[in-house]
Amino acid sequence: MNTRLVVAAAGALCLALAAPPPSAVSAEEEKPYKVVDGKVDRETFNGYRRYGNSCLQCHGPDGSGSSYAPNLTESLKHMDYVAFSDVVINGRQNVTQSQQNVMPSFGHVEDVALYINDIYGYLKARSDGALGRGRPQRLDN
Amino acid sequence: MVRRFALAAMAALALGAGSASANQELLQMQRDPNQWVMPTGNYANWRYSELNQINRETVRNLRPSWQFSTGVLRGHEGGPLVVGDMMYIHTPFPNRVFAMDLNTPGRVIWRYEPQQDPTVIGVMCCDTVNRGPAYGDGKIILSQADTTLVALDAKTGKEIWKVKNGDAAKGETSTMAPMIFGDKVLVGISGGEYGVRGHVTAYNLRDGSQAWRAYSVGTDEDIKVDPQRTTHMGQPVGANSSISSWQGDQWKLGGGTTWGWFSYDPELNLIYYGTGNPGTWNPSQRPGDNKWSMTIMARDANTGVARWFYQMTPHDEWDYDGVNEMILVDNLTVRGQRVPKALVHFDRNGFAYTMNRENGALLVAEKFDPAVNWASHVDMQTGRPQVVRDFSTRAGGEDKNVQNICPAALGTKDQQPAAFSPRTGMFYVPTNHVCMDYEPFRVSYTAGQPFIGATLSMYPPKGEQNLGNFIAWDAAAGKIVWSRPERFSVWSGALATAGDIAFYGTLEGHLKAVDVRDGKELFSYRTPSGIIGNINTFTHRGKQYVAVLSGVGGWAGIGMAAGLEGSSEGLGAVGAYRALSDYTQLGGVLTVFALPD
Ligand code: HEC
Repeated sequence: MNTRLVVAAAGALCLALAAPPPSAVSAEEEKPYKVVDGKVDRETFNGYRRYGNSCLQCHGPDGSGSSYAPNLTESLKHMDYVAFSDVVINGRQNVTQSQQNVMPSFGHVEDVALYINDIYGYLKARSDGALGRGRPQRLDN
Repeated sequence: MVRRFALAAMAALALGAGSASANQELLQMQRDPNQWVMPTGNYANWRYSELNQINRETVRNLRPSWQFSTGVLRGHEGGPLVVGDMMYIHTPFPNRVFAMDLNTPGRVIWRYEPQQDPTVIGVMCCDTVNRGPAYGDGKIILSQADTTLVALDAKTGKEIWKVKNGDAAKGETSTMAPMIFGDKVLVGISGGEYGVRGHVTAYNLRDGSQAWRAYSVGTDEDIKVDPQRTTHMGQPVGANSSISSWQGDQWKLGGGTTWGWFSYDPELNLIYYGTGNPGTWNPSQRPGDNKWSMTIMARDANTGVARWFYQMTPHDEWDYDGVNEMILVDNLTVRGQRVPKALVHFDRNGFAYTMNRENGALLVAEKFDPAVNWASHVDMQTGRPQVVRDFSTRAGGEDKNVQNICPAALGTKDQQPAAFSPRTGMFYVPTNHVCMDYEPFRVSYTAGQPFIGATLSMYPPKGEQNLGNFIAWDAAAGKIVWSRPERFSVWSGALATAGDIAFYGTLEGHLKAVDVRDGKELFSYRTPSGIIGNINTFTHRGKQYVAVLSGVGGWAGIGMAAGLEGSSEGLGAVGAYRALSDYTQLGGVLTVFALPD
C-alpha cells in the first residue's frame, strides 16, 4: 500500500546492515516528499491539491489549522505516517458536552485513500519547514 | 422627509396584512421596536430599530449589563430573539436553544438540545454554525444541522412537531434561520460544496406538513416556474430554462443551495432570497449558464411559483454564492425616477444590486469595494457581468492557477447581513477585503463527499493590510458614502438605530458603534471572543438594551485562524498576516449592554 515509505524503510534497513553511519543522504531518501528550491515533485503537488479538496475546509489553508481543527503542520511533528493514516482512514470523534470535534473517516473516499501518501508527503514537507505557505511550484518533470 | 417615507413603508407593510394568509401577530410584532422577533429585524430585512435612548451622544456610556456562556465553543452566527419578556438564544452544533427570562436576566426558563448524529459535523463545509430559530404562532422553529426542522412551544420548549428537510448522508445540512410568514415556515438547505441540489421548502406552521418545495435547478415543475409568466430581465424564462443551461445530467448535482436569509413583502405576497454556487467549483466540468444558481428569486408565498429571477453570476467561476440577504426599501429615487418598491442586495461577487422588486428590473449594479476586478461592470441591458479574461478561471482552464482575483471566494460580503436606516436612507454593510488565487481541477462526485474541485489561496488586495471594511452605501446612486477599514473581515450582522448610530462586531471581538453620518467610532467594547453574530436591540421595562453573541468561527475562522498566507510577492506589511488566533479564541458568550441607570 504505502510503497514509497516501505521502499524507503527497506532502503534504510539495507544501509543499516551495511553499517555505515546514517548519512545526510539516507535521511534525505526517507523524506516522503521532494522539494528543490521551493519546487515540489508531482506527488507532493498532488498532496497539496487533494488536501485542498478534502481537508482545507476544516484544517485551514496550508494545513495551518482553523478555529476548531488542529494545525496539521504541528501534528506531524509528533505523529508518524501510521498514526496519521489511522486517523485519516478511520476518522476520530471527540464529541462531549464541551467539544464537538469530528474528523471524518476517509477510508472509503478514493480521492483521499488513493493519495494518502501524497497528502502525508505534502503535510510533512510543510511540517518540516521544507515548504512554505501557499501554492507550491511544480518541478517540471 | 426620509422619515416620512419610512413611516409610509411601515404603513404599507401593515396594509399588506390584507392578504388571506398573513400572520397578523408577526406583522404587528416585527414593527414593535421593543421586541426583536425575527433574525432579520423585520420582514424587509432592515436590521433597524426606532429606539434612540442609546444614541450618538449617550452610546459612549454603554456597558455590559449581563453575560451568559452558551457552553459551546464553535462559531456563533445569528443573534438573540426577544419576544415579550423572553429572550431566545441558540448555539452551533449541538444546536441548543435557551429561553431566558429578562425579568431575572440570564435565568433559563427552558433549554432544548436535539439529539443529532455527530457525523453531520463532518459534512458541514464551514464550521457548525447556525443562524438561529424563528418565532411565530407561539412557537420557536429551529432548523438543526442535520436538517430536522423542529417546532417548540415558545413557553415550555416542548416539541410540537418535527420534520426532516434533507439527508445529511448526502451532504445536505442546515445552517440558516427559517422564516415564518402567514401560516407557513420557510427553510432552505446547505451543502453547496457537496453537490447538493438546493431548494426552499414551505411547511405548514400548524403541523409541519409540507406546503410546497421549489428547487433552484431542475425541471420547470421542480423549480416552480411558469415558463410564460416567470421573467428574467423582463422576458419570460421559457420552457426548460434551467436544464437547458447545463450539459447532460450535470444539473442533478447543480448546487444553487439556499442558506442565506429570506425577506417577505406581504403586500405583493412575494418572498425573496438568493441561490448559491453551482455544483463543483471547477467551471470546466459544467459548461453553460448553470441556471438558476447565483440567482435572486421572487416567489409567490402561497404557492412557491416564481414571479421573477435574476441571475447575477451566470456560469460561476469563483464560488460567488448569491445567498446574501435581500433588503426591501420603498420609494427610492434612482436617476430621477421614483421606485416605489425596491430591493437592495450586496452580493458575494462584489456588486451591489438595486432592483425593482415588483418585476425584477435591474436598476443599479455597482461595485461596493473598489478592489473588485473579476468583472469590469454589469451590462444593464442583459444583466450579465462583463468578465475580465485575466481573472476567468474558466478561460484559464483546469490546472491553471489564476491569480489576484478580487474578491476571494468569501465574497466582498458573505451572509453577515447589512442594516438599513430609513432616517438616512443609507445601508451599513459589513464587508471582506480579500483576494485570491484559484486553480480549478477535475473532481468526481461521491455522495456525501466534498465536491469542490479548486484550490484557493487568499490574501489582502495588493499593497493593503486591512482584510475588511464597514461601509455606508447609497443604493440609489450605487456609491460608497464612507468606509472604515478593519484589520479582519467584518463578519457580524450590522444594526442601525434611530439614535443615528450603527453597530457591528469585529473578528477580534469588539462590539463597535459608529456615527451613521461619517463612520466615526463612538464606542468599542471587547467581548470574550470574535464576533460573527448579528447585533440586536430591544427594551425591557422601558430601558434599551443591545445584545450580541460572540464566539469566533465560521468560514472566517477557517481562513483567518492562522492568518492569510503571505507568499505572494508585493503584498502589504506584516500586519496583514497576523493570525486571528493571536487575537481571540473560541467560546460562545451572549453579552447584553445597557446605559447606566
Ligand atoms: C469536517 C472537518 C474535517 C475534515 C474535512 C478533515 N478533518 Fe482532520 N480533523 C478534524 C478535527 C475536528 C480533528 C480533531 C479531532 C479530535 O479532536 O480528536 C481532526 C484531526 C485530524 C488529525 C489528527 C491531528 C492530531 O493532532 O491528532 C489528522 C492527522 C487529520 N485530522 C488529517 C486530516 C486530513 C489529511 C484530512 C483530509 C483528507 C482531514 N483531516 C479532513 C476535522 C476535519
